[in-house]
Amino acid sequence: MGNDNYYLGADVGSVSTNLVLLSEKNEVALTLYLRTQGRPMQTIQEGIKVLRSKIGKSAKIIGVGTTGSARQLAATLLGADVIKNEITAHAVAASRVNPSVQTILEIGGQDSKIIILRDGVVSDFAMNTVCAAGTGSFLDQQAARLGIPIEEFGQLALEAASPIKIAGRCSVFAESDMIHKQQLGHALPDILAGLCQAMVRNYLNNVGKNKDIRGPIFFQGGVAANPGIRKAFEEELGQPIIVPEHFGVMGALGAAYLAQEKVGRQSELRTRFRGLQLGEIQFNARSFECSGCANRCEVVEILQEGSILARWGDRCGKWANAVGKGTYKGKSQEGEQQGA
Amino acid sequence: MKVTFPHMGNAWIVIQTLFESLNIEVVVPPMNSKQTLTLGAKLAPEAACLPLKLNLGNYIEAVRDGADTIVITGGIGPCRFGYYGEIERQILREAGYHFDVVTLEPPDGSLRGLAQRIRYLAGEKNSWASILKALRFAYLKCVALDQVEDMIHAARPRLADSQETERLYAEGKKRLAQAMTVKGIQDSVRSIRQSLHDHQMAGDKNADKFQKPLRIGIIGEIYTILDPFTSVGIEEELGRLGVEVDRSIYLSGWVGNHIFQGLAPGYRSIRSYPSHAKPFLSHFVGGHGQETVGAAVKFAREGFDGIIQLFPLSCMPEIVAASVLPRVQETYQVPIMTLIVDEHTGHAGIQTRLEAFVDLLERPSLKDISETSREGVSVVGER
Repeated sequence: MGNDNYYLGADVGSVSTNLVLLSEKNEVALTLYLRTQGRPMQTIQEGIKVLRSKIGKSAKIIGVGTTGSARQLAATLLGADVIKNEITAHAVAASRVNPSVQTILEIGGQDSKIIILRDGVVSDFAMNTVCAAGTGSFLDQQAARLGIPIEEFGQLALEAASPIKIAGRCSVFAESDMIHKQQLGHALPDILAGLCQAMVRNYLNNVGKNKDIRGPIFFQGGVAANPGIRKAFEEELGQPIIVPEHFGVMGALGAAYLAQEKVGRQSELRTRFRGLQLGEIQFNARSFECSGCANRCEVVEILQEGSILARWGDRCGKWANAVGKGTYKGKSQEGEQQGA
Repeated sequence: MKVTFPHMGNAWIVIQTLFESLNIEVVVPPMNSKQTLTLGAKLAPEAACLPLKLNLGNYIEAVRDGADTIVITGGIGPCRFGYYGEIERQILREAGYHFDVVTLEPPDGSLRGLAQRIRYLAGEKNSWASILKALRFAYLKCVALDQVEDMIHAARPRLADSQETERLYAEGKKRLAQAMTVKGIQDSVRSIRQSLHDHQMAGDKNADKFQKPLRIGIIGEIYTILDPFTSVGIEEELGRLGVEVDRSIYLSGWVGNHIFQGLAPGYRSIRSYPSHAKPFLSHFVGGHGQETVGAAVKFAREGFDGIIQLFPLSCMPEIVAASVLPRVQETYQVPIMTLIVDEHTGHAGIQTRLEAFVDLLERPSLKDISETSREGVSVVGER
């Protein structure tokens, strides 16, 4: 790896933890895709260990950005310069890869979103709200049930002669409908292709409702690896779908670009990155319920070798802001009762 | 008779004032909390809307302090709120709680029917003159509370220390809750305005340029937007993200229009909304569906940067409004985001959407619109 300065982007989500190294020349030097498996802290540390073993001794991290549902945790552990929500991160990555992109379809492990861009700026977006039907986890689950590796799922779906209709509104009903169609004797590729179409219909009816979908259309997120879904989107939208090279790690890539924007703009700004040795440090997390008011916030504490590194989860910020100031060391009882 | 009532944001302060000035014993239930919701969700039908679940939880929590009578307002048109009083009475009876339920509404539009119910609650000891005086006083307090809340909306993005702002808000509410005279109310509002002003001046001294805060209009179902527990605190959260919010409906605006049939306008009267909605939704659809659309149009015309619609899962009038809003968005080129809440709503998901929405509004104007002076908090809150 020639040039030795990198921006690190980390996207820590419910299913996967992705790390990206972006060189100063805007080249993607390294991408890592790890399964979070409900242990985000350990996964981040593992990722850093792998990263350290792959880059040269003289390599330097000059900026860090985090995103994903565990962006705050990742930011605390890594020492991030930018913390951004995944919608902005995905949009930034896509528009840097192709400034003319107007629509982003993103399907991840447990969420799906659509982002509409005009002139490289987000103009509208939507995320699945009360339902996770038709996300990556469901595909995973169905592939496992049918005994086929998830990687082959899409390829098999492409072999369908005549896809059958699957009820796709709810993943529980989709599953029972699929079982029913299997029992009727339909071929596996037809069922898989039917499932892909049902997922796409469901996505466009929920997340994509009332959205002005115009090309160029990017399809990103883990599910973009599935050519069956890709094809179903193309058929339903009647337009070509572009899957960018780094489709699986676009969130992390966006975070790296944002770190570059932030650190690059202010040359005097030094990164807050805590160093590549953090893979070896002992981190712990614990939580408690604050009894200060009726909100009863669940406050999370991150500890590094016994001392408190960060706190969050409190709406009012009294715990989060107290870190490093020596107050609220223990669980104090604040009597903020209403005057009734 | 010990009267209790459901919570809805700051409404408890007004209701407590009203009953206390009529010498009716009143039990203020503990503030809405996860505990309230858990208690209520256990009794309510799964498909019922969120406010019903919270209401039931409020009553059960009030029983512990001896409450035996529930006072609730009614609703009109195709919105389930109209049946709340009766449904709640039956659910509670089946669960073994025997409450007397008084629904404060003008039955068939008759103010006289409303008066009879007020008379029932107030008993014979209160003269009509004293009832009217108490109503007027509670109404004035309600308007004052709304003024203070709107000042806080303006203060949140402008004051440096967010905890301090919330403390000032809590203090303001406490002062208003305790105010016993009209002058006391006026003094409270004045002193809150003064201390917000002082805090802003103190903070601004150290800054040489200012960013004009983004403005977002909050529209949607009244209970959800008035009650911070239900809205997952989005007003406070937006404030912390540097946004000034305004809301389509304030408590006194609703009370004035709904219970007193428009005899009193309240803060931010909702009377003009239907006419604003006309080109997009020309008729009543129940609840505040039409008002939601009208408010979106009004906010858009006033140049707000964005609009957020908020409602509880399965709220029919708001679903109708939500399907009309994309046309408002297109006509006025103003971003509108819809958020739906229910008892499973997580704070993290809402947070992500709010951040993304604020990014959406901010990124086009990254050019850094800085000003050398700015408007003060104290201009907000005038009627």
